[in-house]
Amino acid sequence: MATIEMTYRDAISKVLAEEIEHDENVLIMGEDIGRYQGTFRVTQGMFEKYGGKRIVDTPITEAGFTGIAIGAAMVGLRPVVEMMTMSFSILAMDQIINHAAKIHYMTGGQAKVPLVVRGPGGAAKQLSAQHTHCLEGWYAHAPGLKVVAPATAVDAYGMLRTAIRDDNPVIFTENPGLYTVKGEVPDDRDFSIPFGKAQILHEGKDVSLIGYSRMTQVNLAAAEALEKDGISAEVVDVRSLSPLDMTTINASVAKTHRAVVVYEDWKFGGFGGEIAARIGEESFDELDAPVVRCGGLNVPTPYARNLELECIPDVDDVIAAVRKLG
Amino acid sequence: MAKAKLEELESPAMLEEFYRQMVFIRRFEEKCNVAYRLGKIGGYMHTAVGMEVTPVGFHHVLKPTYDYIITAYRDHPQPLLLGSDPVSVMGEIMGRSAGLSRGKGGSMHVYDIEKGFFGGWGIVGGHIPLGAGLAFGSKYKGEDRVTLCLLGDGAANQGVVFESMNMAALWDLPIIFAIENNEFAMGTRLEYHAADTELYKRGEPFGIKSERVDGMDILSFIKDAKRIVDWVRKEQKPYVMEIMNYRFNGHGAADNDRQLYRTKEEEAAAEKRDPIARLEKVLIDRNIMNREKMEAIDEELTDQVEAIYEAADASPFPDADEVYANVYTDMEPEKGH
Ligand SMILES: Cc1ncc(C[n+]2csc(CCOP(=O)(O)OP(=O)(O)O)c2C)c(N)n1
Ligand SMILES: [Mg+2]
Repeated sequence: MATIEMTYRDAISKVLAEEIEHDENVLIMGEDIGRYQGTFRVTQGMFEKYGGKRIVDTPITEAGFTGIAIGAAMVGLRPVVEMMTMSFSILAMDQIINHAAKIHYMTGGQAKVPLVVRGPGGAAKQLSAQHTHCLEGWYAHAPGLKVVAPATAVDAYGMLRTAIRDDNPVIFTENPGLYTVKGEVPDDRDFSIPFGKAQILHEGKDVSLIGYSRMTQVNLAAAEALEKDGISAEVVDVRSLSPLDMTTINASVAKTHRAVVVYEDWKFGGFGGEIAARIGEESFDELDAPVVRCGGLNVPTPYARNLELECIPDVDDVIAAVRKLG
Repeated sequence: MAKAKLEELESPAMLEEFYRQMVFIRRFEEKCNVAYRLGKIGGYMHTAVGMEVTPVGFHHVLKPTYDYIITAYRDHPQPLLLGSDPVSVMGEIMGRSAGLSRGKGGSMHVYDIEKGFFGGWGIVGGHIPLGAGLAFGSKYKGEDRVTLCLLGDGAANQGVVFESMNMAALWDLPIIFAIENNEFAMGTRLEYHAADTELYKRGEPFGIKSERVDGMDILSFIKDAKRIVDWVRKEQKPYVMEIMNYRFNGHGAADNDRQLYRTKEEEAAAEKRDPIARLEKVLIDRNIMNREKMEAIDEELTDQVEAIYEAADASPFPDADEVYANVYTDMEPEKGH
């Protein structure tokens, strides 16, 4: 298959444009996405090309327009809601969790909500406490939502297509630190990657580094550094939090017998705890050491750059977690 | 204490003070822009260049440090006027230990609670119910404080604004919802985000007294603001003000694409309404000050700002331990990765 090298951001733009052209019911809604070209420029050029019917600039009313997207989805549209940052989706959480996630169930299957909520989630640079949240774990907690967090350009491309064509509400989170990461992306308007499939991005035999979104990139760098110290780390990219592919995770642990779960969200009560618990339940006999979590510090993210960097797990933190395993 | 008489607000000494304060804010903000470009300030930073009349005008008709002020992320001018140590304001914006929050808040989150300045908020609309809560608190305690709640034209669309206005009217809360209509919500023009662009009308369905005022002319503004503040204090009821102004800079320091939402001609026309230039004309017409004096004041204030910046820049980054301080009042969170 022919591939094109592009950034994570361009991969998302490409699939959005292709799906707009593929299905007349697909539209994008969000703040400053049209005339202003999108805060992170993901929707650049689309307003001019597809017009205001498909690329809808909204007022700053996250609860309102997300609810409107949900209602429109119930009557057959396939809205993609862009959150300028995922932190702002907190304002729409009632619509997402208390409405979208439950509609199919409460109607006994009568109504469907083919909705995507996407946008940058996690730390950018010094955006302070109110603009720096990793919410994928919060959403994954709610039955009825599918939640994905791709780490590479090709996965962003393939999984966003799956998200748009899925009949359930999907949370699609893009770490701002990933937008410039490059990769080969298939030039195929039907290429998609199914949810619920983790992948091994780097083979190893001594320890499994399990993560998603930008932490997968951190894990890849950590694996390289550990290699120099004679430790062979396997990088498991979870990609999809809900549904969660425990088969691939357990298979890796069966090979390495040690696991570190890495996540940017607050360590306390974060999604890494779910993965760690599941490994404990399902792979107990394979483990040579307790599963270790490596998460973000349990504090609102501070502004000062030195403190902010303290909060986010980096290569050194992952290596330190590996060392804890003995 | 607030100046009691209207005539005093037009005295030569008062006009000179307005001038000094507006020029000081402008030079301070411009220095922030330069520091941002040098990488000394990061994240999102928003200046009030062109919008100096609102903070300066209110400062002279409120009771500074007694009344409460709350605003969004365009929050540098208020603490400077209230007498917060300017080095700690700049230090906060630069993320240094000298900052008001020891570098943990940054430009969008400047607070000086002791001086009645409640910040400094990054979620558009989020602080508006908090403002109504400040008013609820002062009224509950039987005080006669006024709460000034500043918000933007874009923020005026958030649902909590309407909820807050309803309750403020229902419970007679002494709050001014001061909507600064600078014509833009980031990259979105007013007419693309508001179904009715006369934003003062948003108070009317709740029976709140509401009006539109000029926010580029300090002399007319101060009269309007005084009348309204005095009314709110006396009646202990809410008020909606729509303050017409314009932001001269980009939305934030990272907004390099102003031409996506406004033309150069439009900017040039707006600059003709520059509130500082307008005040200069009054000062000259009334023989209060000549150009030379103005230049001398400007130079003096520019030097002051420079010294503030240097002092803030000499302050170290926060200690690593600072990361865990103030998560709770009485305990620390679980530590480590
Ligand atoms: C809930 C929320 N949505 C979006 C944003 C991003 N954002 C920050 S400021 C802004 C525009 C606000 O415009 P306005 O209220 O008019 O204030 P101004 O910047 O003009 O002072 C937007 C969209 C945000 N910070 N919070
Ligand atoms: Mg505005």
